[in-house]
Amino acid sequence: MDKLEIAGRHFTSRLMVGTGKFSSNTAMQQAIEATDSEIVTVALRRVDINNPGDNMLQHIDRDRYLLLPNTSGARDAEEAVRLARLARAAGCDPWVKLEVTPDPYYLLPDPVETLKAAEILVKEGFNVLPYMPADPVLARHLEEVGTVTLMPLGAPIGTNRGLRTRDLVRIIIEQANVPVVVDAGLGAPSHAAEAMEMGADAVLVNTALADTAHPALMGEAFKKGVEAGRMAYLAGLGPQRGKAEASSPLTGFLREESS
Amino acid sequence: MNLRINGQQHTLEKGVTINRLLTQLELQPERVVLELNHQILDMAESLNIELHENDQLEIIQFVGGG
Repeated sequence: MDKLEIAGRHFTSRLMVGTGKFSSNTAMQQAIEATDSEIVTVALRRVDINNPGDNMLQHIDRDRYLLLPNTSGARDAEEAVRLARLARAAGCDPWVKLEVTPDPYYLLPDPVETLKAAEILVKEGFNVLPYMPADPVLARHLEEVGTVTLMPLGAPIGTNRGLRTRDLVRIIIEQANVPVVVDAGLGAPSHAAEAMEMGADAVLVNTALADTAHPALMGEAFKKGVEAGRMAYLAGLGPQRGKAEASSPLTGFLREESS
Repeated sequence: MNLRINGQQHTLEKGVTINRLLTQLELQPERVVLELNHQILDMAESLNIELHENDQLEIIQFVGGG
């Protein structure tokens, strides 16, 4: 299949995965493995100094996966920029999944603060992958400041509700000059396939894998959904019609032909 | 001396270094990133920095996230 290119780097997989909420590190590892993903997101948080837990990075092969730190938890541009800088100081490549979500109930991305943070981080040399509302006008602004992808939401984070924003994502894809990655809300392989059939360049999932009793099996299912969707996009879907159009010949029936 | 670590008040002996603190907390330097008084520290150059009264230290690590 054709490769995904982001900021000059090529990827075989068009499925990015998050590492949150898995029941164990083993479950997370097995799920990531099953997806064949090459981009894996992580978050930054304060260490609980009374109970530091183990180092989750030891469960992710940094030679195999591009570690994509997110700025989750940031409520404004300043906090997001701070988190991105911390991730880079921790030794990550200067890639960041920019998330600014001041609203704790729906975790919707703040368009104003996201754009502001994107502009700062691009100037500091980051490859910025912004989580964003499915807003084609904002998409243009983000591209103008130099983000390397656009990452519109399908539905609010963790809801598994699918591509509720399909009509707007379609416009974003139509107008974009950088890869469009549908992020958030995709709960089933069919949702991922739908996004890919529409021409999305990639999708990102986390909850859909972590929420099931069989994350590795679901990981494989998403892999197939994404591949099927991409292939269908490349092949080109047939047109939809209002009336039936027979697939079988309309002659030679076993009955008298009417005149 | 009193200082804030990850937003909470802590009392440490005077003159304790970053390295000593991390050792006490059983945290390997390579798994964390530090911010001292809102300045990100370069770990390699910071292990011998002494902490002071009223310092604000953030000890950050990677966790699972989407």
